[in-house]
Amino acid sequence: MSTFGAVFGEAFRLIGALDLALLDIVWLSLRVSLSAVLISTVVALPFGAALAVTRFPGRDALVVTVNALLGLPAVVVGLAIYLLLSRAGPLGTFGILFTPAAMVVAQAVLIFPLIAALARQAVADAWREYAEQMRSLGAGPVASSLALLHDLRFSLVTIVLAAFGRAIAEVGAVMIVGGNIDGVTRVMTTAIALETSKGDLPLALGLGIVLLGIVLLLNVGAHLLKERAQRHHA
Amino acid sequence: MREPGPPMLPLVLEGIGFSAGGRDILSGIDLVLEAGPRTVILGPNGAGKSVLMRICHGLLAPTSGRVLWSHRERPGEPRRQAMVFQRPVLLRRSVLGNLTFALAVVGVPHYEREARAVAALGRVGLAAHARRPARVLSGGEQQRLALARAWMLEPEVLFLDEPTANLDPGAVREIEAIVQSIHASGTKVVMVTHNLGQARRLGDEVVFLDRGRIVERSAIDRFFRTPATAQADAFLKGELPWH
Amino acid sequence: MALNRRRVAAAFLATALALGAQAQEKSIVVASTTSTEQSGLFGHILPAFAKSTGIAVRVVALGTGQALDVGRRGDADVVFVHDRAAEDRFVAEGYGVDRRDVMYNDFVLIGPKSDPAKVAGGRDVAAALKAIAAARAPFVSRGDKSGTHAAELRYFKDAGVDPGEGKGSWYRETGSGMGPALNTASSMNAYVLADRGTWLAFRNRGELRIVVEGDTRMFNPYGVILVNPAKHPHVKQAEGRAFMDWIVAAEGQAAIAGYKVGGEQLFFPDAKR
Ligand SMILES: Nc1ncnc2c1ncn2[C@@H]1O[C@H](COP(=O)(O)OP(=O)(O)O)[C@@H](O)[C@H]1O
Ligand SMILES: [Mg+2]
Repeated sequence: MSTFGAVFGEAFRLIGALDLALLDIVWLSLRVSLSAVLISTVVALPFGAALAVTRFPGRDALVVTVNALLGLPAVVVGLAIYLLLSRAGPLGTFGILFTPAAMVVAQAVLIFPLIAALARQAVADAWREYAEQMRSLGAGPVASSLALLHDLRFSLVTIVLAAFGRAIAEVGAVMIVGGNIDGVTRVMTTAIALETSKGDLPLALGLGIVLLGIVLLLNVGAHLLKERAQRHHA
Repeated sequence: MREPGPPMLPLVLEGIGFSAGGRDILSGIDLVLEAGPRTVILGPNGAGKSVLMRICHGLLAPTSGRVLWSHRERPGEPRRQAMVFQRPVLLRRSVLGNLTFALAVVGVPHYEREARAVAALGRVGLAAHARRPARVLSGGEQQRLALARAWMLEPEVLFLDEPTANLDPGAVREIEAIVQSIHASGTKVVMVTHNLGQARRLGDEVVFLDRGRIVERSAIDRFFRTPATAQADAFLKGELPWH
Repeated sequence: MALNRRRVAAAFLATALALGAQAQEKSIVVASTTSTEQSGLFGHILPAFAKSTGIAVRVVALGTGQALDVGRRGDADVVFVHDRAAEDRFVAEGYGVDRRDVMYNDFVLIGPKSDPAKVAGGRDVAAALKAIAAARAPFVSRGDKSGTHAAELRYFKDAGVDPGEGKGSWYRETGSGMGPALNTASSMNAYVLADRGTWLAFRNRGELRIVVEGDTRMFNPYGVILVNPAKHPHVKQAEGRAFMDWIVAAEGQAAIAGYKVGGEQLFFPDAKR
């Protein structure tokens, strides 16, 4: 298909001509998604580990729920956050709808089940090896969870990267809660959606390639760090 | 150095039974473990030695009977019993970090941990490896680290479940020397082993387990010279050619 | 390990700071339509407004129906839309005050060069829609309760055609904005009603072109409405009014008239003074 090739050519030309507005969009995308990942990770990792290490009534139901939430469409998350943050909603007084903060909240919520479910699985697998030793040392659920998270840090990096990928590639939720406001809440994905709807397919594709490049760079960096650290620890 | 407080020993097992999946794995176990003599638990594969040891240590709850310590451990006190497993589980951090973690867990204040950990490493000959990642140590070194971790807590009783299985003879000698030192420092040693030579070297008395029951208990020399039961006799005949 | 934890904490803090470092400026949120945003009008006029007042306008572009909903919930300070009937309802229900006429643009009927319904060159939009329905030629509808969607349904009514009858065959509801609807029409060579501004700025035309234009019914008036501060006390009344005053005054009106795409004027100021 010749148009496909033409669109790609044009896309790369546009990337070559990287302008400041585009850099702002890239920077905002990174800021929002990194914040979302950091916030979500800090809560979801201990939560997932606790689910793996402790037993309490309702635990299995909770595990199933978290796993099921993996399939939650981003738009639904966006809508729920929108209704919460709207002036007419329960958290309306904060007035953060249509700001980057709202997008951080939406992405953090969106990736929470992903991090929690995968972390739980990883910790549960390792727990079979560690459980007796931990109990023998007298370690309770908190100390055990933290120790396992630390020991699994290399696999957790992969999980967190996957979550980052989902966050930065997501469009439905941030569109709803951010509003795609030029210069304020326009990120890579909403810009792509906008250019697509304007029929400017080369620019949309160019932005898509930039997005892919960023995610790729981040993954390469994380992979190299991980390899080095893993070799160190055997 | 041991924390003051009433001794936990003797450990009394009363009518202990353990069943799982409709099978009796242990039954009618009555056993008193006194402070002092090194106890070796012997018995064929699958006799229930590991299960018994886990029940003593508190990792498994018996399905019948009672485990009685003279004085219960109290939370916040250093652990007064410890266990070393056949395959030590070491954390993916430094050799020293493994020890300071164990100290942190039992509430040893931050400023004391490193000094105690370094001292413990010195006692098992691993001082030079303090900063290395624990999981790159050799099998024997890993087991020495596990012993250091247990010993460092100054337990009144130390349970050892086949601590030298899968180790080469040099490593076995080192482990045995450490176990002797632990005993000499006043800790009661209870050990499962398949190595009858090791049982002779390290044991004062034998508890012989067969199919979930204690069949014989006697002083080490007598057990090897004149076993009182047919099962023990058969066990010794079956095992000895290999050692 | 401790070093690692410190590094993570530092990264966390840095990101939080970067996020919080949003420039503190005077700003209002205007809920508007995709047609005004995507045609590039706001990009042209808002810098002039910001320069003369120091107020940044944050435009959330939606369909008219959604834009009014956002206003109803108090999530915008001003709405800037094009569906007169819905606007009047919005004001009558007490959600908005002080509606003002700003400008109009016009709708155009777009269709493929092959023109299976033979409507090209006409000026009567109702007659054209009737012919399209009769020919069962593919027609793409926004189907999203936007102002354009509302206008399209009015024209079908004028034509005496119930497009619901063609659902699933020639009448395709996309439930999307103007751009996506145009993309869809372009890929399946369908007819579609569009606002001239979005059409002129649209790049992926394929075989599409204007087939009907100039019907007076296709004039499309825009109004601005302040979200009622009595209902939503947080509404930035002063800044919102400043924007409304500016856009209907000489400066704003001139800016609107001055916006051209390919030499063509898209929006025609019609504020009454
Ligand atoms: N936690 C457990 N739950 C149920 N059965 C167990 C458990 N641990 C071991 N068993 C079973 O109990 C029997 C005795 O095992 P074990 O005590 O490990 O034997 P050994 O004397 O070789 O150490 C085996 O048949 C084993 O499968
Ligand atoms: Mg065993």
